[in-house]
Amino acid sequence: MKKSLALVLVFMIVLAALSIFLYTWKNPQQPDEPDIEDGEGDGEDEEELSFSDSVDWDRFRGQGITINVYNWGEYISVDEGDGEFDTNAEFEKLTGINVNYSTFATNEELYAKLKGGGTKYDIIIPSDYMISRMINEGMLEKLDFDNIPNVEYMDDTIDTSYDQNGEYSVPYMWGVCGIIYNTTLVDENDDFETWNILWDPKYMGSILMFSSPRDAFGIAEKKLGFSFNTEDPEELAAAAEALKEQKPLVQAYVADEVFDKMGGGEAALAAYYAGDAITMMEDNPDLAFAIPREGTNIYTDAMCIPKGAPNKEAAEMYINFMCETKVALANVEYTCYSTPHTEAFEYLDEETQNSVSYPSEEVKLTGEVYRALSDQGSRLLDEHWTDIMSSGNSNPATVIIFILACVAAIIVVNVWKHNKKKKIELEEVELR
Amino acid sequence: MNKKSKFLAFPYLVWMAIFIIVPLILIAVFACTTKVAVDPVDGHRLSEEEIEAVNEAYIEENGEDAEIPEDLIPQKTVFTWDNLLAVSTYMPTLINSIWLALIATLICLLLGYPVAYIISRIKVSKQKMMIFLMILPMWINFLLRTYAWMSILENNGLLNKFLGLFGLGPYQFINTQGAVVLGMVYNYLPFMILPLYSIMVKIDGSTIEAARDLGAGSPNIFRRVVLPLSVPGIVSGVSMVFVPAVSTFIISKMLGGGTNMLIGDLIDLQFLGASYNPHLGSAISLVLMVFILVCMSITNSLDDEEMEGVIV
Amino acid sequence: MRRHVSRIYMAIIFFFLYSPIAVMAVYSFNSSKSRTVWTGFTLDWYGKLFHNETIINSLGVTMIVALIASVVSTVLGTLAAIGIFNMKKKSRGLVMYFTYLPILNPEIVTGVSLMLLFVFAGLDMGFVTLILAHISFCVPYVILNVLPKLRQMDMSLCEAAQDLGCNQRGVFGKVIIPEIMPGVLTGFLMSITYSIDDFVISYFTHGAESQNLSVTIYSMTRRKVSPEINALSTIIFLIVLAILLIMNITDAKRQKKLQRRAA
Repeated sequence: MKKSLALVLVFMIVLAALSIFLYTWKNPQQPDEPDIEDGEGDGEDEEELSFSDSVDWDRFRGQGITINVYNWGEYISVDEGDGEFDTNAEFEKLTGINVNYSTFATNEELYAKLKGGGTKYDIIIPSDYMISRMINEGMLEKLDFDNIPNVEYMDDTIDTSYDQNGEYSVPYMWGVCGIIYNTTLVDENDDFETWNILWDPKYMGSILMFSSPRDAFGIAEKKLGFSFNTEDPEELAAAAEALKEQKPLVQAYVADEVFDKMGGGEAALAAYYAGDAITMMEDNPDLAFAIPREGTNIYTDAMCIPKGAPNKEAAEMYINFMCETKVALANVEYTCYSTPHTEAFEYLDEETQNSVSYPSEEVKLTGEVYRALSDQGSRLLDEHWTDIMSSGNSNPATVIIFILACVAAIIVVNVWKHNKKKKIELEEVELR
Repeated sequence: MNKKSKFLAFPYLVWMAIFIIVPLILIAVFACTTKVAVDPVDGHRLSEEEIEAVNEAYIEENGEDAEIPEDLIPQKTVFTWDNLLAVSTYMPTLINSIWLALIATLICLLLGYPVAYIISRIKVSKQKMMIFLMILPMWINFLLRTYAWMSILENNGLLNKFLGLFGLGPYQFINTQGAVVLGMVYNYLPFMILPLYSIMVKIDGSTIEAARDLGAGSPNIFRRVVLPLSVPGIVSGVSMVFVPAVSTFIISKMLGGGTNMLIGDLIDLQFLGASYNPHLGSAISLVLMVFILVCMSITNSLDDEEMEGVIV
Repeated sequence: MRRHVSRIYMAIIFFFLYSPIAVMAVYSFNSSKSRTVWTGFTLDWYGKLFHNETIINSLGVTMIVALIASVVSTVLGTLAAIGIFNMKKKSRGLVMYFTYLPILNPEIVTGVSLMLLFVFAGLDMGFVTLILAHISFCVPYVILNVLPKLRQMDMSLCEAAQDLGCNQRGVFGKVIIPEIMPGVLTGFLMSITYSIDDFVISYFTHGAESQNLSVTIYSMTRRKVSPEINALSTIIFLIVLAILLIMNITDAKRQKKLQRRAA
């Protein structure tokens, strides 16, 4: 008894010591002076680049400010031990502001987290249509562009109609969507420049599909020749029907899991974004990428500040930092997406400038942008999506069988209990 | 000890009211309400056309570029049965989850029963060690254990590689219902073994010997002595496996590839997933909760003993 | 013969339980990030683990939350158990019914309902909400561990103490607490275990700054789990294994001593 008490006490003390240790580790003393040593491993291109003095980076130093950044997975340059540019660490070093970085997998997840999750973020990076929806619902804060002078580098030719007056957002990346396929697992004579290939029964069980509803619907809509932005209930129903039809062929609905699955040769075909396709092709040379001619999605992801962000000015400094040529270049080189930053684009090598990330005018012409659907439209889409995801398990007749079974179970249990009671009573009588 | 000491429970009662009762009431409230657009003047519910008309009128008045202010059309929370009725659409998913959870529970019972029996019959000093070894895997985060199963079951995974040595396969293991059931069995097997063991260890060895002396064969001993005595363990084991299995949402996501959706995934989808609708999510949660509580009251009536000791 | 069958059976079950853990541990020494292809032995991930801020941060969050939640719920639950024990039968039944609810309820429903509560109360998700949520699912386990001990207690002990001139506080501190201590300890340990292991409820109640280990691992499983996490789990596993072995060995020794004395 005493021994176990002692043991528990020791356990507690160890635990407490460990947590204090970890906690102090978590908040290392803020460096009062910026580190002079330069990141040794920076690529050659960046060596010649340095941070501009467009704003006073030291303004918040030593105030212990932490900003919460909520971004897509695999969407920022991090140091994986190979000396790559570590965006958040560099920002912390430059400004003394701590960055708390977390990731989401779909625009809808981000929306749900902000709308009902009660979590406060300072920076979010949604896509075009979600930005419009958030503006409409008053979820975003207007930016003070005096704090973001680097916005001048942004390419004017990018379609920013999602944020009509450009008051709420600064573009981060843009790109197109297409089909990634593993040349060793598919019949190379097939036509991969069409979304129909994702409905080919030959590839049953080796197709990966978007887990984000808007992208999945988009593919079905283009396959059927509709607009991405249709709100016609019949067209939406037809698209939903097509997705249900496709479901038996789909191995998994994925977001960033696609890196792992395509990289490891788990699946033959996947619909995903061009930038990520290039990243995957670097890891696995068997992969190839095609943009379907029915038209594809041209999207822009932009940095915004949600309403009620605790540290708005520090967040604006972060946005300005992300628009530094050095940072934008590092990020675009890491993610392989398409940069809206004109200077950073100049620094890219010719091969990259001509890659699928910067598609030809032809592709751009067939491409279409997602726009925010009306409340009614997005609700319909959500309902269809829930329906698709939950379909195909069993048929409605089982509902009746199920209810009957429940009723039967209750009756059986009660009868059994009743009998048992009687039996006991009888036994007691006999005993007497 | 006297009557006064019952006030020691007071802080807990307050806690219970705030963190157990109020949240459940909130779920019920959310399940029975929805937000609708209403007319700013007389407060009647607006139809889609009317909403559009109001928006268009505003734009006409203030020019093309004007932003529509968020409070142009006020929203009101109203009572409705719609969410609860909508749950019936998802009955197949619920039934599918129940079905898979039942299979997993049955397998856990079949696998766990002999284990509990064997452990309860070995030397007492060894028993403790064995039970520790059964619990030990639970100290590794269950997401990581499930993730490890992914590496084993994948098309290019370890199991297929192993089978490939004998010229077999590759088979599709992952992203099937079987993989989901395997994940459930793996994660919840200890929950079956522990209560079974704690009951079986109480069965006196001399009872079994007496039965044998009286001429009962092994099958008879099992059917007439061990099985009836272990019913409380079975009941609590079954409920401790079934409840988490029926409501899981990670196992199906990781091992089922999102194509085998369970009721837990559906709830997650409505709250933090791709289609945000907390009202529908609450309605599904409410149905799931009622179902579980009904099941529990049935199983509890099978076993009249108090369950405190068993859970612990 | 029968003994062999049961040995083989137990071996199979242990193989089933430990094979994923073995896979995890083995690949924490793999020199590449691959989960299925062995490319060579390395200890790099163990070194990198201590420089991975995300993992170390969330480990810290997990520990702090577990510690605070289990201490608070142990105190709250022990007092509650004593109070409940002294209640009238009817009110006791009602309170116990609500105490069982969080245990019987699916975790996801508890998580969702707490999330609704915090949003409704206007609390921002963060450390506070995470700790509150953890306390509320830990308390019932403490109560359920302490109550049986109270029931087993001999009531005449209290009376005897009072007769011998002990006051209220004395009875409480010198009689009741020592009697129920084993139950309190078990409840405390269970709270810590559940709190460290919890994912579902944390998933719904964590904030941007308070991600615990489970939530961090979850966001990793959507991309690729970094082998550092495998390294961390292997370390935790070995520590727990060591503690259990030491406890077992000292136990066995003590028992031998007792036996010798008895003989």
